[in-house]
Amino acid sequence: MTNHYCDLKNADVILIMGSNAAEHHPIAFKWILRAKEKGATIIHVDPRYTRTSARCDFHVPLRSGTDIAFLGGMIHYILENKKFFKDYVLNYTNASFIVDNGFNFKDGLFSGYDPKKRKYDKATWVFDKDGKGIPQRDMSLTHPRSVFQLLKKHYSRYTLDKVSSITGVSKENLLKVYEIYASTGVPDKAGTECYALGWTHHTTGSQNIRTMSIIQLLLGNMGIAGGGINALRGEPNVQGSTDHCILYGNLPGYLKMLSASLDTLDKYLHKYTPESKDPQSANYYSNYPKFFVSFLKSLWEDKATKENAFGYSWLPKMDDGKHYSTMHMFDAMYAGKVKGYFCVGADTAVSTPNSNKVRKAMENLDWLVGENIFDNETHSFWKGPGVDPKKIKTECFLLPAAATMEKEGSQSNSGRWVQWKYKAAEAPGDALPVGEIEIKIMAAVKKLYEKEGGPNAEAIVNLKWDYLDSKGHFDVIKVAKRINGVFLEDTVIEDKAKGTKTEFKKGQLVPGFGNLQADGKTACGNWCISGSYTADGINKMASRGKEDPTGLGLFPNWSFAWPVNRRILYNRASCDVNGRPYNPKRKLLEWTGDKWAGDVPDGPWPPQADRAKGKYPFIMQRDGLGALFGPGMAEGPFPEHYEPLEGPLEKNLLSSQRMNPAAEIFKSDMDQVANASEKFPYVCTTYSCTEHWCTGALTRWQAWLLEMQPELYVEIGEKLAREKGIKNGERIKVSSIRGEAPCIAMVTKRFKPFTVDGKEVHQVGMPFNYGWLFPKDSGSDSTNMLTPTVGDANTFCPEYKAFMVNVEKL
Amino acid sequence: MQITRRGFLTMTGAIGGGVALSSLGLNLNPTRAYADELGKMDRIKIAKQVTTICCYCSVGCGLVCSVDKATGKIFNIEGDADHPINERSLCAKGAGFFDLTEANKHRLTKVLYRKPYGTEWEEKDWDFALSRIARLVKDTRDKNFTKRNDKGELVNRCEAIGHYGSSNVDNEECWIMSVKSRALGMVYIDHQARV
Repeated sequence: MTNHYCDLKNADVILIMGSNAAEHHPIAFKWILRAKEKGATIIHVDPRYTRTSARCDFHVPLRSGTDIAFLGGMIHYILENKKFFKDYVLNYTNASFIVDNGFNFKDGLFSGYDPKKRKYDKATWVFDKDGKGIPQRDMSLTHPRSVFQLLKKHYSRYTLDKVSSITGVSKENLLKVYEIYASTGVPDKAGTECYALGWTHHTTGSQNIRTMSIIQLLLGNMGIAGGGINALRGEPNVQGSTDHCILYGNLPGYLKMLSASLDTLDKYLHKYTPESKDPQSANYYSNYPKFFVSFLKSLWEDKATKENAFGYSWLPKMDDGKHYSTMHMFDAMYAGKVKGYFCVGADTAVSTPNSNKVRKAMENLDWLVGENIFDNETHSFWKGPGVDPKKIKTECFLLPAAATMEKEGSQSNSGRWVQWKYKAAEAPGDALPVGEIEIKIMAAVKKLYEKEGGPNAEAIVNLKWDYLDSKGHFDVIKVAKRINGVFLEDTVIEDKAKGTKTEFKKGQLVPGFGNLQADGKTACGNWCISGSYTADGINKMASRGKEDPTGLGLFPNWSFAWPVNRRILYNRASCDVNGRPYNPKRKLLEWTGDKWAGDVPDGPWPPQADRAKGKYPFIMQRDGLGALFGPGMAEGPFPEHYEPLEGPLEKNLLSSQRMNPAAEIFKSDMDQVANASEKFPYVCTTYSCTEHWCTGALTRWQAWLLEMQPELYVEIGEKLAREKGIKNGERIKVSSIRGEAPCIAMVTKRFKPFTVDGKEVHQVGMPFNYGWLFPKDSGSDSTNMLTPTVGDANTFCPEYKAFMVNVEKL
Repeated sequence: MQITRRGFLTMTGAIGGGVALSSLGLNLNPTRAYADELGKMDRIKIAKQVTTICCYCSVGCGLVCSVDKATGKIFNIEGDADHPINERSLCAKGAGFFDLTEANKHRLTKVLYRKPYGTEWEEKDWDFALSRIARLVKDTRDKNFTKRNDKGELVNRCEAIGHYGSSNVDNEECWIMSVKSRALGMVYIDHQARV
């Protein structure tokens, strides 16, 4: 989230799209209702009428997988009707930048596309620069190659008629949403968006969110109280696990994973340290070398020296252009290339798309290590439906883990609040915290390498790995301090702007990432979280102060919000170029003449009207401004509507490119696809429920919750049920080209057919909370038996939300 | 056996749950036995209160665990009234948090091992598991290690071992796993943020 949960109360308009907040984030929804009580308008756009719809001002049904068309229409509306916040767009976005002459967009493709590689060469997705190397700007926004004019041209194709025909949303409903949401494009109104997996689970997932980011920048809704884009994320520490990057492409703190062509530390740092010639751009990532070297020191400390490039060569390197996501891992496992698998606190045999392929892949494993508080379908895959254990070679371990209240540590919520939790009781039996299990496994491996050696053994034997306490248990405080960062030598830090020098002693904790060094004097496990301890060793994550000095619900003394306890990101954009709040009634920040007052500002510099010392507000962007034109994306700098991998249409109504041209296609014999097929004529989407969590791997074992939601069902609209002769409560079969899922039919008014391209299209929906292991003999299994192995072109988040099925009586 | 929801709740309340739920394939007897033990405590006098954070969605609601000082057992978990986000309230899952404690007899309490081609889990101890896993990791890594790729570039990686998880453990544990996987040279590293 750019903002945080309590801040939702500050909004004037809330668009809930890609989320069923009332059922999946009930306590977040409380804050949405607080806004409503104060007069805010709440809009729900979703294929299905849910309990969220019931509490909103109105609900607009939309065909799964057409969000970009819907939002692209809103951009068109905002620009055509001049509803954008001009002062903000001019000063705080790259609307005025001039794009390279070679850039173009034709029939669904941007310049630079290579159809064989399904990739773009982004050479023309750049800005024209002046003699000093600063991007050229046209503040009149009339230059035909200005970002503003290109944006206008791109979305001029998203007319009401076209968008309605693609999405199945009536023109009246489109206009209603556009008008109300665009009303926030003024200084004293705030609009926010809440999304969840409903936006990420698409081949166009990242661009769904980017389309909304463009809208928020146009309306001046980024960086303000009650604004922003807010991901209601689905796991208790998914923010923290992402920050610590248990992800193939990043190292803790979103540092880039190494690739093979970057064979030296210098080359790596040169590639990932952005350079800006504009003196008004803070370009905060120019500090990248400090964060990266401090991370290397956190791994190998004394063994990482200037002479060995701080151990750079010891880290693994990915092949350039290759990806190693979950879907790639199971694809490689299916091909017999992955032999051992650690599955920790997860149930991938239920949660991964195309579960039949995943389970078949697991049969190729030599060994499987599971760590969990309950058994699940992954750990016991060797005795699953249709599997003969006597034919499965895999050596399996299931290690008992401590539950969350049986261990001390921190968890980060979606609003980036890193909250400390305490141990209430001992874990039962032999169970241990996952951290302790992992430390002990690695310590045992390390011992073997110390004794026997092996390839690249330095990476292992040199690893600083002293995170058990004197009694041999997980020393969580020691790890937390390592993450925060520490001075490895006596260090004097000079602040030239302030004219101060501060001395730190060896062993002292770093007070924040501003103190990290690129020469090996500091070690820091994750620069983002630096500052979670004070230099004197006080744990700020454990803070429980309830003060609310701004009255906006920032709660600056409750826990620690990264970065540097900033509660709302990009907050300097809540003020005009002179530092005066755009909306004095919701004053998040204000320049007092020599400093900022309010939330922790995005950097201490004066507002940008001060041409000598002032900085632009989007300090993590190289150019310092909000990116209406975003060349970082795999499929184009402006989001474009493409159909899902599997949909009801043979053609995309907007261009000749049916599906995302940059999405990777998996080609194993188990990766079958059926687009616009008579055999699988119904759009299917998936979701959760209040009583279960994710795969149900924790909640299915709880009698109180299971009684409320006992088994798998499919929601079918009344008209389709009539056509198929299916009755409510009847056991039926849902199938895709990849698999089947027997379940109970729930005939409902919540799904209504859509009119798409003049034809009637039915959509059905299923929860994803079930598996075969428990409850026993329910006949339920994973909904992911049906879903395809395909994902977003940037993130490889699978397309669980739009695929094609059939429903049949048994 | 046909039961309505209301009838079901009445019945479970009246007879303690075990019989009614067993008709749905569940056995609540162990939970009831645990609850009987709890009944012997003087909850007000002996409670120690410990705060924690909910382990389901990412809202980060606060909870208070009431712990019996004599036995060290948790006997109640409820919303934290001081927490600025949830202000004591909880959703259905959070309200049922107690069922994640050792009171839930489905909890894993032993190291389980299934040998190749075996048909059952066997109970083992930590020493066995740690030394055997370490051996398997080293053998798999050494046998399948890629020093240089097809282009001859130094890559120092092992593609034969994958890691998945978890967004359901604490930050300090996440950091440990992230670092461990890299030190081993793994590249197939992922977790629930992707799904």
